[in-house]
Amino acid sequence: MSVPRYWRKQLNRYNLKGSKCETCGRHFFPPRGLCPECRRDGKIVDCEFSGNGTVRTFSIIRTASSDYDIQTPYPLAIIELDEGTCMTAQVICEPEEIHIGMKVKRVFRRIIAEGNGGVIVYGTKFVPA
Amino acid sequence: MVGIITYGAYIPRYRIKTEEIARVWGANGAEIAAGLGVKEKSVPDLDEDTITMSVEAARSALARRDIPRDAIGAIYVGSESHPYAVKPSSATVGEAICATPVMTAADYEFACKAGTAAIQTCMGLVKSGMVKYGCAIGADTAQGAPGDALEYTASAGGAAFFIGNDNPIAEINHTCSYTSDTPDFWRREGQTYPSHGGRFSGDPAYFKHVQGAAHLMMEQMGTTPSDYDYAIFHQPNAKFPRKVAAMLGFTSTQIKPGLAVPRLGNTYSGAVPIGISATLDIAKPGDHIFVTSYGSGAGSDAFDITVTDAIESDVFNRSAAPTVEELLANGKYLDYALYAKHKGKIVMQ
Amino acid sequence: MREVAVVGIGLTEFGEKWDTSFRNLFVEAGAKALEDAGMSGDQIDEIFVGNMSGGRFVLQEHIGALIADFAGLTKNHIPSTRVEAACASGGLAFRQAYTTVASGIQDIVIAGGVEKMTDVGGSETTDALAGAADREWEGLVGATFPGLYAMIATDYMNRYGLTREQLAMVAVKNHYNGARNPMAQYRKEITVEDVLRSTLVADPLRLLDCSPVTDGAAAVILCPLEMAREFTDTPVKILASSQASDTIALHDRRDFSTLDATVAAGRRAFKQASLTPKDIGMVEVHDCFTIAELCAIEDLGFCAKGQAGKLTEDGQTALGGSIPVNTSGGLKSCGHPVGATGIKQVCEIVEQLRGEAVGRQVDAEIGMTHNVGGTGATVVCNILGV
Repeated sequence: MSVPRYWRKQLNRYNLKGSKCETCGRHFFPPRGLCPECRRDGKIVDCEFSGNGTVRTFSIIRTASSDYDIQTPYPLAIIELDEGTCMTAQVICEPEEIHIGMKVKRVFRRIIAEGNGGVIVYGTKFVPA
Repeated sequence: MVGIITYGAYIPRYRIKTEEIARVWGANGAEIAAGLGVKEKSVPDLDEDTITMSVEAARSALARRDIPRDAIGAIYVGSESHPYAVKPSSATVGEAICATPVMTAADYEFACKAGTAAIQTCMGLVKSGMVKYGCAIGADTAQGAPGDALEYTASAGGAAFFIGNDNPIAEINHTCSYTSDTPDFWRREGQTYPSHGGRFSGDPAYFKHVQGAAHLMMEQMGTTPSDYDYAIFHQPNAKFPRKVAAMLGFTSTQIKPGLAVPRLGNTYSGAVPIGISATLDIAKPGDHIFVTSYGSGAGSDAFDITVTDAIESDVFNRSAAPTVEELLANGKYLDYALYAKHKGKIVMQ
Repeated sequence: MREVAVVGIGLTEFGEKWDTSFRNLFVEAGAKALEDAGMSGDQIDEIFVGNMSGGRFVLQEHIGALIADFAGLTKNHIPSTRVEAACASGGLAFRQAYTTVASGIQDIVIAGGVEKMTDVGGSETTDALAGAADREWEGLVGATFPGLYAMIATDYMNRYGLTREQLAMVAVKNHYNGARNPMAQYRKEITVEDVLRSTLVADPLRLLDCSPVTDGAAAVILCPLEMAREFTDTPVKILASSQASDTIALHDRRDFSTLDATVAAGRRAFKQASLTPKDIGMVEVHDCFTIAELCAIEDLGFCAKGQAGKLTEDGQTALGGSIPVNTSGGLKSCGHPVGATGIKQVCEIVEQLRGEAVGRQVDAEIGMTHNVGGTGATVVCNILGV
């Protein structure tokens, strides 16, 4: 991506800052500016997620593009956060450990480093709770 | 009285045994482990670095006792392995603990004592009333050149301290330092691995400065070693801190809780901070703690600390974050090849 | 609204076409389609071309103009538009061409699709394809495109008891068909053991569960049904063309094992044509990964949710079965030049309905196509009949 793009969503990635629609009560992570249910009638506010969740589905990534390949094989999962929204993230555990229904909690890790001279992108991954 | 409001440590889960490193270089692992007093060390995961460990340590501290984030006025991260040569680790940490933007920050380097220098700075800012809370972190993903003696001990980890004067769990009664220009260990800009003066890093370096600062402290406080319950010294291996403790008159019982190096290795800027964390993990109100760090180049920072009632009160929940013992347990062992991959020692095109 | 027919089809061979450039792939397919329709290029009123990523694979944008130019059609200054919906780009081009003719805005429109994927290395390809998903919240955090479909497979297998062997049978069947398709990239039959022995890409998906990287192009020519017999004795009528959207990221879907956009597009198509799944003689579905074929069969309504594995195992989706699926060999065996697939699917159904699918002929009067973008964020369905 690009430096401004990484920077723009960094608080969201670092701190699981998402959004919430006060009109219908739905939570969004990744954040949304417009509620899909209420659209312009929805009052959107910032919302920070606890970082606790459950694995809903997963895979073990064995081949990835060059920035990620050094970490393969790594578990990737769709995690349902306790607040009720789903997000995609790496789970740090043995491939044999991960399972549907596993409870996870957030950790702060590097996402990628762009080669030896580019920026380092940080964000949230998950470990077994 | 200025002191530690809360603290937290972080140690990565991976380990490598001294014997495994020795196997690769054709050395006698058992002898080396016995000589250094280090049987294994921690290794960072592929996606961990000084910034990620600093964030985890700071978050652990805040899990034990939350602080209004907008009252955190300063953050200093001390390390020899900042991920960037230019771009402050402390700014990323600040963002990741929601302390930005109203705060000051800077990164420190003073070999293994950069973390304790950060504590001193925060003390000054708090005592002068310039900030309400300061965050001081010492963390490293230390590197030792392949085949060099330092490779057996250079490890990864760190700890964070929030300094303030509003009901601290441990009061820092006094700090003093002993500093000189001593070339015992260094790393030039652009070099991957540090160089060191071999035996020169003993008496003229570590022992001179640690004793220098320790004596200053006991003179200025009017104390002797027996006035303290615990003592923490910088631990590049297990031999040096045991020897300097004996030279100063401290016992092995006093230094034991703060001596993580046999199972952790030397976390450089994280070493004394982790030692302090390990001691606070088991300390009781009234415990008197003596600390002397050491950073090559060279200098030592000494601290005289008294644990307060607050550590067992409702404002502080020690079990809300893992203790150093818990972080040291259940390590995942690597062989040398995976260790080299994790530490970026393999040249990738 | 008037009825529309397909009067000409053309395809390049699908595969690693080192000697053929991006623009020449399309020209080749377009020329074949014109030849097939017995038509002159001067008769084309408008072009729609589906292409996912000229910008990444060949650093080329402005593809509508490029294609019109090298097809020799800019001398007539005809309108030419590139449409994109990741792997459904071809389907989009077809539907845009259909609505343009059906509405009476144009008479003769060519809908094509082209992708030239092999000029960049594997890492770049993996990264470019990740643009079909949510770059910021799936790609950046480490999801690969196979990884996303693998998560669908994990969810599906957990809920419906699908076996690894049943999943492999999808690839086996498609290779059997592809072996009989002269334009297919892979014309070799494979076995279940071959699939299960192939390298893991993203658990549980293995190399032979995944469609390949392919260069290729396809084109079809549409005109009003009333005009069709000027060009061909075997016009194929477009009975329906529908499109649906859904969330771009898999994590925002209602149900990870159901592509709601397939359900919606399928229902719309059946409604438009006043038909049901029972009326369909054969269907080309979007088997970018084996699991995708099973979901497609169910989500289009050919069997109940969770039953497609058994349906496949029982041979019902084979050439001689009750609902032959992917007689072309599917994306797996025929290949998947991303933008071209949606058009290739139409070409296959047209060939089948004309009775020209030598070696893999199915006897039917109505066929269907199903083309998906990303993990199900766009779906285009078409129903064609004679």
